[in-house]
Amino acid sequence: MSDLLKIANKTYHSRLLVGTGKYQDFAQTRAAIDASGAEIITVAIRRTNIGQTAGEPSLLDFLPPEEFTYLPNTAGCYSADDAVRTLRLARELLDGHQLVKLEVLGDPNTLYPNMIETIAAAKVLVKDGFDVMVYCSDDPIIAKQLEDIGCCAVMPLASLIGSGMGILNPWNLQIIIANANIPVLVDAGVGTASDAAIAMELGCQGVLMNTAIAAARDPVLMASAMKKAVEAGREAYLAGRMPKKLYTASPSSPTAGLIA
Amino acid sequence: MQHTIQLTINGKPRSFDADSFNVAKLVAMLDLEGKRLAIECNGEIVPRSQFVQTQLADGDKLEIVGAVGGG
Repeated sequence: MSDLLKIANKTYHSRLLVGTGKYQDFAQTRAAIDASGAEIITVAIRRTNIGQTAGEPSLLDFLPPEEFTYLPNTAGCYSADDAVRTLRLARELLDGHQLVKLEVLGDPNTLYPNMIETIAAAKVLVKDGFDVMVYCSDDPIIAKQLEDIGCCAVMPLASLIGSGMGILNPWNLQIIIANANIPVLVDAGVGTASDAAIAMELGCQGVLMNTAIAAARDPVLMASAMKKAVEAGREAYLAGRMPKKLYTASPSSPTAGLIA
Repeated sequence: MQHTIQLTINGKPRSFDADSFNVAKLVAMLDLEGKRLAIECNGEIVPRSQFVQTQLADGDKLEIVGAVGGG
């Protein structure tokens, strides 16, 4: 079955996008990402340690940019200017790579996005030729505005980043999905496999997660579970679930031909 | 005689003894040759192809960044 995820004119087989943070070491990062089947992986842009890292392995040694689609993020940015600056550096770092994840945070405790700064940054980045996948609140109006600006995907939160609280507002996500002409991916808040499956059953085009895998007791096994959950949820969405019949049972076996 | 050039690199002051100093020489001196990185000088990106041509002067502020694990 060819059911491909299409983002900014490129297609992907996997609808699971994963982060590369919080793992024990690079070997575990690599093993988990292999188990997840993800083709798009997020990375952060940070100051290089100077003087102490010569010869030390880097993330890129374990996850070669030729093998994966890198999605540099703006994690830790609290202003549009910082986010734009970070992604311009990322583009230089990754040889002109244009696909990016924009996130502008508004509060260090909740890591809730600041949508006013996010919108300002999105406008600049789109004009500058970036393909912007944007982390956002689950506000349908904001999501539509981000699409109108020219973002290539909107990524509303399921719940707070790293919280594992799951999908708190499936109703808003459904409104966003129904109105969108660009891919909607759930980013942040997924805690376990059923959360990912629910996101896909709602009609999301994909799910992006990091902590749900990295902070599991066995990250590699959880990565495998997430791969299956995303696939299962997608197939269930495509298959079209049966209508819910509240308080009305319907036997699956014939009612005729019973003995006696 | 040689001049001392004061730079701020990733927020920390550093001084170098050199008459003529460019970004390529700085990268070599910091043992970062061959590493995948991006450099900003006074808020402007220095493309890799311009490392040799880009002269550094006293007081320049540089950011040298790479990719790390993140979500």
